[in-house]
Amino acid sequence: MVSVPSTSVDSNPALLDEDGVIESASIAQPPSAFDVAADRAFRGAALGLAWGVVLIVCLVVVKVQSVALPAIHAYGAGFISGTVWDANRAIFGILPQIFGTLYTSIIGLIIGTIFGVAIAIFLSEGFLASFIDGGLKMVGYADNPWFGSLPTRIEALLKITLELLAAIPSVVYGLWGIFVVIPLVRPWADWLNAHLGWIPLFGTSLSGPGILPASLVLAIMVLPTISAISRDALVAVPPKLREAAMGLGATRWEAILGVILPAAATGIFGSIILGFGRALGETIALAMLAGNANVISWSIFSPCSTLAALLANHFPEAGAVEVGALMYAALILLAITLLVNIVGAVILQRAEAGLRGLR
Amino acid sequence: MKARGPFATADTINLLQLERSLRQPRTLLNALMSGLTTVLTLAALFPLFSVLYLLALRGGKQLGLAVFTELPPAAMTVGGGFGNAIVGTLVIVSIAAAISVPFGIIAAVFLAEFGPATRTALVVRFAAKVLTGLPSILAGVFAFAAVVMISGGFSAPAGGIALALLMLPTIILTAEEAIKMVPAKMREAAIGMGTTPTQLVWRILLPTASPGILTGVMLAVARAAGETAPLLFTAVFSEFWMSRSFPEFLPKAVGDLMKPTPSLAVLIYNFSSSPFDNQIELAWAAALVLVVMVLVVNLAGQALSRRAVRL
Repeated sequence: MVSVPSTSVDSNPALLDEDGVIESASIAQPPSAFDVAADRAFRGAALGLAWGVVLIVCLVVVKVQSVALPAIHAYGAGFISGTVWDANRAIFGILPQIFGTLYTSIIGLIIGTIFGVAIAIFLSEGFLASFIDGGLKMVGYADNPWFGSLPTRIEALLKITLELLAAIPSVVYGLWGIFVVIPLVRPWADWLNAHLGWIPLFGTSLSGPGILPASLVLAIMVLPTISAISRDALVAVPPKLREAAMGLGATRWEAILGVILPAAATGIFGSIILGFGRALGETIALAMLAGNANVISWSIFSPCSTLAALLANHFPEAGAVEVGALMYAALILLAITLLVNIVGAVILQRAEAGLRGLR
Repeated sequence: MKARGPFATADTINLLQLERSLRQPRTLLNALMSGLTTVLTLAALFPLFSVLYLLALRGGKQLGLAVFTELPPAAMTVGGGFGNAIVGTLVIVSIAAAISVPFGIIAAVFLAEFGPATRTALVVRFAAKVLTGLPSILAGVFAFAAVVMISGGFSAPAGGIALALLMLPTIILTAEEAIKMVPAKMREAAIGMGTTPTQLVWRILLPTASPGILTGVMLAVARAAGETAPLLFTAVFSEFWMSRSFPEFLPKAVGDLMKPTPSLAVLIYNFSSSPFDNQIELAWAAALVLVVMVLVVNLAGQALSRRAVRL
């Protein structure tokens, strides 16, 4: 008897011949005809389903476009410049909605960008570590291994918290906006309107829902997108750039503003564009907070309407004529968001290629 | 200090400039910007805690057994619950997952294993990224045009198809990454044993990559469960249980699915603009239940992915 090491193979008598030697032929065998056929079929199916994804994107565009076609012929380009939406008289125009979509998105984006980029810098430039190290040195715990790993732990916790910010459903943000944000901003809005009402930005008073609360909630919703992608862009900046700036005597912020942010600028810009795409398509929170008024006003306290909110409000009870017009509006929203998202993706790709040259 | 005098030349070092004191404008700016960044970061966390606090406060007040077992109350009545909406959400999300999970994983197998560098893969990846940016309301518009207008009515499958469209890109892109993370030596060992590519996928790649794939599925499910916009005119809402015969909460036939189906998200949306206090309080309770469901699934998915990385 040959002594074989005790593996799972030797406990299976079928795989051993009478001498206890592993019979190689019984383990390795060519694939049966069934295996080959199954392999062909599965690979074909995988290729088919992969193309299915492309097909779905085309199907979405073609389907919405075909249902919208009668409305496109009936209303033409006047649909975009019209300002009235009246299903009873079959007059449809979406200029106020296009304006409201862009206006709320841009204000939300400005606020979201300030906070998002600040968070990205905070998480990528080791602020937490230096604060905590400073604090620990003061109390004499700097060498303690548990406290030493504290910055990494808190950074991980912050990242999870930010991801949770993105995980909360937009309908819950809408509910929160109605009962928290609107009462919170109302006194400020009234004060600004009373004292600075001559500025068009503060031209009307806030009567509940409006552009400002909607934009604030939008800012919260785009913030995780912007901060996560900007952080990746900042982390991807080669360390030697930072070290060179520090070595020349730059303060931390001179290095950030003069060297690191410019190097990561393309990536940060890409994140802002993707956030813009998200803001343009956001529906429910805006339908709950924007006020759904068919007006064009520069005042940030005035109510407004957006393309997505128009769809959400009118679709459930629309008749056949109105459904056609709504499909036309959906097609325009689809075109705008697809364009913005593709531009954002292309910018991010370029950012990656640009940093490769710096390394 | 010499450098400060009238005889300072360009090549003498201004020692004062090297002083790290807040009296220096550049160090002051540095400190101010550091403070500002910290304040902005902390301020950004305020909404999350405010949302969670209010949900616990206002939603928790209403929470009881009745909320899970009763039907939504009519206007001007007291009590009631949203048992049917919880079941409806589970049913619609299950339909969406049944469509998008197999579809997404097998498409991801192609992207990661069968043809990662082919032109097909490039086009498919681009399409998946385009789908990621699809506004959720447009998924609803598509399902309305493709399902509701053809089948002739609002239904749970119509809502499920709209949600599946939103889940698909998340599942594809995370599953692709997870399959690519499988160590090359495991693949090579299997190929060396003479497996066909299909056997390699089913016996080695998918089992090994399963934690990562599951993370993607759970993130997609968590997102889909909270979506309102795609359901507003596909599944709509209903004040009744899913079926007429006992046990009523369980859909038992295809007919039970092919009618308006309630969901937590749409209930919150409808009740949030209600003038009646009871319905508004129920909206808060429903929001609490929805957020707990979503966050539990989300956090479980993230925990799984951390374990997958360790592997």
